[in-house]
Amino acid sequence: MADKKKKEEDAGLPFSPDLLELLAKFQEIELEDFMLEAGDLELWMESGALPAQLLPKTKAAALKAKPLALMATKFLPPIETYSGKIAEVKLGGTKGEGGTRGKSIIIGGETAPAFYTFEKPVLHPPVVTLDVFDMEVPLSKAVKMHVKDVVGDPAAWAKLAVEKFGADMVTVHLISIDPLLKDATPKAAVKTVEEITQAVDVPLVIGGCGDPVKDADVFAEITETFAGERFLISSITRDMDVERCAKFVKKNGHVALSFTPMDLNLARELNRRLYDFLGKEDIIMDLTTAALGYGLDYAFTNMERARLAGLMGDVELAHPMSSGTTNAWAAREAWLKMAPEWEPRELRGPLWEVTTALTLLLAGVDLFMMMHPAAVKTLKDVTAKLVSGKKADTSKFANWVSLKP
Amino acid sequence: MTEREGKKAGIKELSPIDIYKLLPKTNCKECGQENCMAFATKIVNREVSIDQCPPLRKKEHEKAYKQLKEMLKPAVKEVVVGVGEKAVKLGGKLVMYRHEFTYFNPTAIAIDVTDEMSTDEIANRIKRAEQFSYEYIGYTLKLDMIAVRSTSGDAEKFKAAVKKVAETTQLPLILCSLNANVLESGLMAAPKARPLLYAATLDNWKDMAELALMYNCPLVVSAPNDLDTLVSLAKTLLAYGVQDLVLDPGTFLNDGLADTLNNFTMLRRAACKGGEELAGFPLMGVPMVAWMDKGDTAEEIVKWREAYSAAILIVRYADVVVMHGTDGWALLPNTVLRQNIYTDPRKPVAVEPGLKVFGTPDENSPVFFTTNFALTYYTVASDIESSKMNAYLVVVETEGSAVDSGVAGRKLTADKVADAIKASGVESKVKHRKLIIPGKASRISGEIEELSGWKVLVGPRDSSEIPKYIIDKWQP
Repeated sequence: MADKKKKEEDAGLPFSPDLLELLAKFQEIELEDFMLEAGDLELWMESGALPAQLLPKTKAAALKAKPLALMATKFLPPIETYSGKIAEVKLGGTKGEGGTRGKSIIIGGETAPAFYTFEKPVLHPPVVTLDVFDMEVPLSKAVKMHVKDVVGDPAAWAKLAVEKFGADMVTVHLISIDPLLKDATPKAAVKTVEEITQAVDVPLVIGGCGDPVKDADVFAEITETFAGERFLISSITRDMDVERCAKFVKKNGHVALSFTPMDLNLARELNRRLYDFLGKEDIIMDLTTAALGYGLDYAFTNMERARLAGLMGDVELAHPMSSGTTNAWAAREAWLKMAPEWEPRELRGPLWEVTTALTLLLAGVDLFMMMHPAAVKTLKDVTAKLVSGKKADTSKFANWVSLKP
Repeated sequence: MTEREGKKAGIKELSPIDIYKLLPKTNCKECGQENCMAFATKIVNREVSIDQCPPLRKKEHEKAYKQLKEMLKPAVKEVVVGVGEKAVKLGGKLVMYRHEFTYFNPTAIAIDVTDEMSTDEIANRIKRAEQFSYEYIGYTLKLDMIAVRSTSGDAEKFKAAVKKVAETTQLPLILCSLNANVLESGLMAAPKARPLLYAATLDNWKDMAELALMYNCPLVVSAPNDLDTLVSLAKTLLAYGVQDLVLDPGTFLNDGLADTLNNFTMLRRAACKGGEELAGFPLMGVPMVAWMDKGDTAEEIVKWREAYSAAILIVRYADVVVMHGTDGWALLPNTVLRQNIYTDPRKPVAVEPGLKVFGTPDENSPVFFTTNFALTYYTVASDIESSKMNAYLVVVETEGSAVDSGVAGRKLTADKVADAIKASGVESKVKHRKLIIPGKASRISGEIEELSGWKVLVGPRDSSEIPKYIIDKWQP
């Protein structure tokens, strides 16, 4: 320990009595541990790598003893079982099923929390549906640069989303039907949807304008015209004629998006009303997505709670979850031109969206309604990596310490 | 799965009565509370510490004090890095899911420097880390630590680099080298700074343990994707006398990402739900491994990958992360995310509706309205405040909805706005009848005019534009 003393002097560290006292204390604890945990002691003695003279033979030696070899133990993976299962919901009706979609997509079916792959593998990876608007809407610069050629042409926009941006699905936002905007007729909305079904063959989400009466009228027309396509009708809310909507969704073989404003009791209540007409496999829920920085914490916790409750047997919350992740762009930091140290916003904006998406991915979201191609690509990449479960080359990890970027 | 299982008393099981029973019951008010029961309630809510009860520290209450300490011990140990004002606390988690209580000690973000960087580069990177600052709804978002890595493997170089860093910043340090001699050389340049040491491995743990004890430093335990080894090392180091550990199960961003998430999740669950003490330490994530397989990849892509990986780690239980990129666009989302995840979920989503007054408004001052969603309100309020203008703000009860979702979900309607204006009493305070409404509520502007009798001016879509709007447009 003369060496130790010298080191301390070199370091300008006083040979503090506190430190000595502390060390003595630790050694006492250590001794107690050894006495109490006979199993450990055996393990330690049996490790075999120790030269005989180092083994603590005397009491004095034992007092000072620090472990000389690894005290090997096992980590017990904390596996739990869940009584509940999230419903599986199929989107998109193929030709054989009365629709025209190229293929169907199934989401949900989880029997463990999101990406707890140490418990259960991922059954159906989350999917992304890209936003397409039926008229000009305010778009942030970072988004507009990617879609400027197709704004105003929803069919071309849908094609771009699928063919270039890798969207699994497309959401048609029928903004123009809003009585306070263009007040477009249900017939006009049908025509827009018709064009999109011709342009792409992925499953579609049909989005309304938020007016409970107008949306119901338009959805009635669309569900009827496109019976068998198994669209996701976005959305059915508490202030709509729930019975009427549930009936036309069911009759024509579509799926309802049950939307509630960040309150699990309201979500349960709306789902119960839908159960009178729809099966569990016909409902996806949207618990409201708030942007990073503008309530993401509430959205995250609400979704995490809903998923855990569903897995614990609360059937009213055991539905796949959809997130309007595009709401991330409501955060000013996503689109605003800021001081130079926060630029470029062309990167900040999509990162804002993908951060919102990944946070909710880990809460259990199954379906992401998104906007920016880079955010979509990243979410899909991450999901693919998590699903593949490929093993890392662990031998290289420690190299980060000496990495020269 | 239940929220109440686990060897240790779960957070939900503690009642104020459990605490009260062990308090001195003097009702002396020395803690600042009305009586011991009130103090016990605050203890259970983790709003005060038992150390704030002076009588409890007396010899005759020692047993009760120790018992209370044990009862209140977090599932994840709180480890302090650094000294003085800038010291950071890592871990100290009580629960696995934030809705079970709340998370404490936000993930610390460390920016790295190396012993082969020029002194200018080191100084610049530290400056960037220290000057990172963003005002967000009443909080200042900052970075927390500097990680000094030995890329040279040379003890003297490392010492010089640590010396330079320690002279330049008060931020707590992480000293990184797997060679104990190199690490110690660095430690000598900052012997009393209580840096976090990185790291004890299967190969060097004994030497690292000696350093941690000698310099009274917390120590990271590293075992890439090998939890058996990780807990074995933790057990050994505890027996050795090193009490303040941080666990690094390895960060893998490509192949191995699933394992990484699993490891962080399993460790946290074992600590919080299973009472596994060897897992009950803060967790370290290293998003900067994104720079390892850089190849020909553009730097922006690497920074992007590092940034979103940090977000994943912040959500999934990392208590400290090490990053290389210093760009604001990449760090801002992460600091905001961290703030969000660590916000107390017990706080209400909504603020009180009613009339809010800014500055000293008179009868000609502008009148705005916004919703009672807490974040909307604070954003608008801070924009009005920062412009130092005199104004009235009517907060409309929207059940905690923001403006756009409120309009879409019929939580923010023209009659609610009209009612709120009447109820606020603002009509007796100003002589004009001009209401500036949020741009995102423009859809209901006509209806508001009709129902309230006020002339509606559609304001900007984002409240950051309010000051400019007032200068350009406002006339009573």
